[in-house]
Amino acid sequence: MIDAAMIETAVTIILLLLLGAVAIGIVRVRGLFAAVVLLGVYSLLMATLFIVLDAVDVAMTEAAVGAGVSTVFFLGALWLTDTVEAPAKRRQLMPLIVALVTAGALLWGLSDLPQFGSPDQPIHRQGADYLASSLPDTGIPNVVTSVLASYRGFDTLGETTVVFTAGIGILALLRRRRGEGGN
Amino acid sequence: MRLDVVLRVTTKFMLAPLLLFALYVQFHGDYGPGGGFQAGVIAAAAIILYGLINGLGPAQKIVPVGLLEVLIPGGVLIYVGVGIAGMLLGDNFLDYNHLAHDSVHGQEWGVFLVEIGVFLTVFSTMIAIYYAFAGRRRS
Repeated sequence: MIDAAMIETAVTIILLLLLGAVAIGIVRVRGLFAAVVLLGVYSLLMATLFIVLDAVDVAMTEAAVGAGVSTVFFLGALWLTDTVEAPAKRRQLMPLIVALVTAGALLWGLSDLPQFGSPDQPIHRQGADYLASSLPDTGIPNVVTSVLASYRGFDTLGETTVVFTAGIGILALLRRRRGEGGN
Repeated sequence: MRLDVVLRVTTKFMLAPLLLFALYVQFHGDYGPGGGFQAGVIAAAAIILYGLINGLGPAQKIVPVGLLEVLIPGGVLIYVGVGIAGMLLGDNFLDYNHLAHDSVHGQEWGVFLVEIGVFLTVFSTMIAIYYAFAGRRRS
């Protein structure tokens, strides 16, 4: 008998291995076009992983932004510049050291995290129980939406402002003004 | 690419379902996955797809640059406006309890309006970024 939890673990492990392989591919490949396509693949795998972890809202965002729109933006930027990465002058040790130290710190921090999905973590034991109070408070069954738009409305206003700032910044930097001609 | 019949015809078939799906994600976000951000990106992807296949000019006929420049701040203003409306009705900023006759309906209205604000800003920003990149000539 194969039970569902084992299949889920297997799928997660396979997805993580594929993610690792794609990440190595992104770093190794010299052609930027291939790198952009691999970044799209990475986002799609990530979205699948989010679905396995039951975070469907995040998966949707990752698939639409990461695999869809940002790939187009990268290709647009590539079209304006060059499609081959400039070769490095010499082997540099500093980036490797920084990466190793960061990875070490993350792994060290990982040992302090609670067990995945454990009900004993502090976030589930203290504070408001949004899962129980969302429907009577707001009439919205999807707790993600009620937390984002109502309970944590301030944060979402901040996120919207970030998107707004990005849009205004892009318009200010890249938009062709009227009468400016070609470029 | 502009002469590729397969791409043009497939795009035509895909555009309407894409936009419809964006609206579904927007208005069904209370019950299923999704919300203003996801819907905005999906709708923007539909317009960007149209622009990729048919060129920048036809895309800008559907969504002109002037409209984007209104929508980008407009979404944030709708969001802030809902917050201030709550304040004027005697609540805290972004508290929707008094927007309707009872608090549950007020919350539903507040979330609905706020999500529209998020949708407008995300949708127009994504398209504005695409226009900015696609409108430049290669240096």
